[in-house]
Amino acid sequence: MLTFNTLSIGDLLPSRSYQASNVSLFLYNAAVWNAHRIHYDAPYATTVEKHPGVVIDGPLQGDWLTQIVTGWLGEDGTLLEFEYSNRRASYLGDTLTASGRIVALDGATREVTIALEIRDQNGQITSPGKAVVRLAR
Amino acid sequence: MEDTTNGNIAPPMTTLVTPELRAWIGRSAPTQRVEITRRDIVKYSLATEQQAAKFLTGDEAPPMFLFAADRPLSGPQQLGPDGLAADVLLPRLPLPRVMAGGSKQRYQRVLKPGDVVFIKRTLTDIYEKHGASGPLIFIVYELEVTDADGARVLEETQTRINR
Repeated sequence: MLTFNTLSIGDLLPSRSYQASNVSLFLYNAAVWNAHRIHYDAPYATTVEKHPGVVIDGPLQGDWLTQIVTGWLGEDGTLLEFEYSNRRASYLGDTLTASGRIVALDGATREVTIALEIRDQNGQITSPGKAVVRLAR
Repeated sequence: MEDTTNGNIAPPMTTLVTPELRAWIGRSAPTQRVEITRRDIVKYSLATEQQAAKFLTGDEAPPMFLFAADRPLSGPQQLGPDGLAADVLLPRLPLPRVMAGGSKQRYQRVLKPGDVVFIKRTLTDIYEKHGASGPLIFIVYELEVTDADGARVLEETQTRINR
């Protein structure tokens, strides 16, 4: 059970690595009904849109950042705000690690601000983000 | 990709975002009615590799479940050569290649199977940046999601990039 008084600025949330595959990108894009060819058609992605490979969806990485928060929070609070930016494109074959760190605590509201980021296997941040949650107790 | 050109902005060579293009700002797409089903939640949760049981069983929708849910569904004959449908809120842009930008969301409540939501999307800004990788056009939308009682479910600011 997470309780507000046991948290400190700088605390790390459990991180998680993701490696997208053709199959996982197919399923995601089918679920959100997105037929943009950069996500499954390698010749099109490289020759027409000039990407180095098949592109991992930015909003999928956004979702992975939310999972860092929802996985840590469980039923012990409520997600109030979430944001992310797609700073660098990521490509099939990349290993993307999502992580989070507590950066602010508001004792009056029991709100916790979490800085989020996805880094690729080279340590480059591809998608920074932020979330605000309110703990139940 | 998000704007990372701060402090590194070359003078614009051309004006891509014309007054005619900016005149589209302020328009809203027809409000979309979306029924939330358990099966759709489970599909989304499996595809995004969720771990929480409440998402995998479809009892509750993950935070980003509504991504693109406001877009009208189009079949192969209606999609462009890139696989994307034309956006009713935009004319043809001088930079054709589309990238995801980012999103900022404020949640009022979670969504569950059986919920019906109404999604209103408004074009709120179009601007250009000239960075090291060339010109970019940023397109900003505000989304308002309400439930069947008119109560707010979610507000979102969404950014798309053309390059």
